[in-house]
Amino acid sequence: MRHLIQPTDFSLDELDSLFALAEIIMNNKMDFIEACKGKIMASLFFEPSTRTKFSFDAAMLRLGGGVIGFSDPSTTSAQKGESLADTARMIASYADIIVTRSPREGAPLLMAKNSTVPVINAGDGVHHHPTQTLADMMTIKHLKNRFSNLVFGFCGDLKFGRTVHSLFEALSRYEGNRFVFISPSELMFPEHLIAGAQNGSQVSHSVSLEGSINQLDILYMTRVQKERFVSEEEYLRLKDFFILDERKMAMAKKDMAVMHPLPRTNELSTEVDSDPRSAYFLQAELGMYVRMALILKLFEWNEASEGKSI
Amino acid sequence: MIKVAEIKDGIVIDHICEGKGYKIFSQLGLDKLDCVAVLLRNVTSVKMGKKDLIKVETLEKIDLTVLGLIDPGVTINYIVDSKNIKKEKLQLPAKVDGILECKNPRCVCATEKIDIVSFNLADKEKGTYSCEFCGSITSL
Repeated sequence: MRHLIQPTDFSLDELDSLFALAEIIMNNKMDFIEACKGKIMASLFFEPSTRTKFSFDAAMLRLGGGVIGFSDPSTTSAQKGESLADTARMIASYADIIVTRSPREGAPLLMAKNSTVPVINAGDGVHHHPTQTLADMMTIKHLKNRFSNLVFGFCGDLKFGRTVHSLFEALSRYEGNRFVFISPSELMFPEHLIAGAQNGSQVSHSVSLEGSINQLDILYMTRVQKERFVSEEEYLRLKDFFILDERKMAMAKKDMAVMHPLPRTNELSTEVDSDPRSAYFLQAELGMYVRMALILKLFEWNEASEGKSI
Repeated sequence: MIKVAEIKDGIVIDHICEGKGYKIFSQLGLDKLDCVAVLLRNVTSVKMGKKDLIKVETLEKIDLTVLGLIDPGVTINYIVDSKNIKKEKLQLPAKVDGILECKNPRCVCATEKIDIVSFNLADKEKGTYSCEFCGSITSL
């Protein structure tokens, strides 16, 4: 039995197989509408979430399975002091797969240790959010058909952004990639994560989106949150450097893709939405297909063929 | 100077940093053994100035994993029939169960009752470990 707790839980071959299956599902949706018939997914969200919860629920429903769960822990027996280990044991006897989000770091791993069914981490505090990484990678695969020899620009809050940390870790497993970290000096990408990079990934820092956008194959935008800055003046002085608009898009490569984990605030101007290079809504859609593929893989991990039913 | 008789069969844990002997003695659970177990503190050492030393007269296997964590500089001498048959320098264990404590207040182990939390070696040079649940770094 397999779980997905952190982005690097799967080997590169397993990831290839997962993305291939997601692509098949996307192009043959009707072939999968009964793939999980009779199966139940427990969706345990101990923290509010819109995107991720709906994406998972929709994924399971599109596979013909059922969904039980909650998105407000105050209505559950966790309020009565039930341990997470007991919750996992109990839910595993009702459902065939568990998807969980928690503000507590490591909570999905604790559940996995006590569950007799696969557990998927849908976000544990600032720790991991592996299915966001899968959605991001799926988008890159879909648009560029490779994960190597690409120039990635990560822009915005790179210090606290869990999404970019996980994505960098996942992409640095592939060869020949170059990463440009575009952020104010206060929000720079953590050095200790760069030190862990593999496969000779090249890394450079930039304090201006304008100065580096022309080199990029993928631009990954993240939110720059006001409260991260030491002062209002600092925020006002720096925020415009990290806003993507039509003018900056004009300087970018013709086939650059713009990604964003959403929700956005003002760092991604709505005028970019109509640009064919904007990929963030596609990214959200592909996230659902990769979650469908993930559910199937966790049910029948050893199935050699990319079968259309489990 | 106190003289302690040589042991016939057992182990001698030598070159323990001054003051760490008692911690090792308790962590290894030597106080719970029936056999002769001696802790010597502040022994004069040419190399170290002062050192602690432990002698245990037993043929039973003692799990020494924790030793590398508390004091990686120690030497273990295995004695059989009054002969020193093997001298071993220690390394930091790749994985430690319990002993360490995760200091991250957001970690699930801070609120849930978990019997044993495991830690994986994060940095050999610094002797740091990462919590299996939240990945945060800690050391003894």
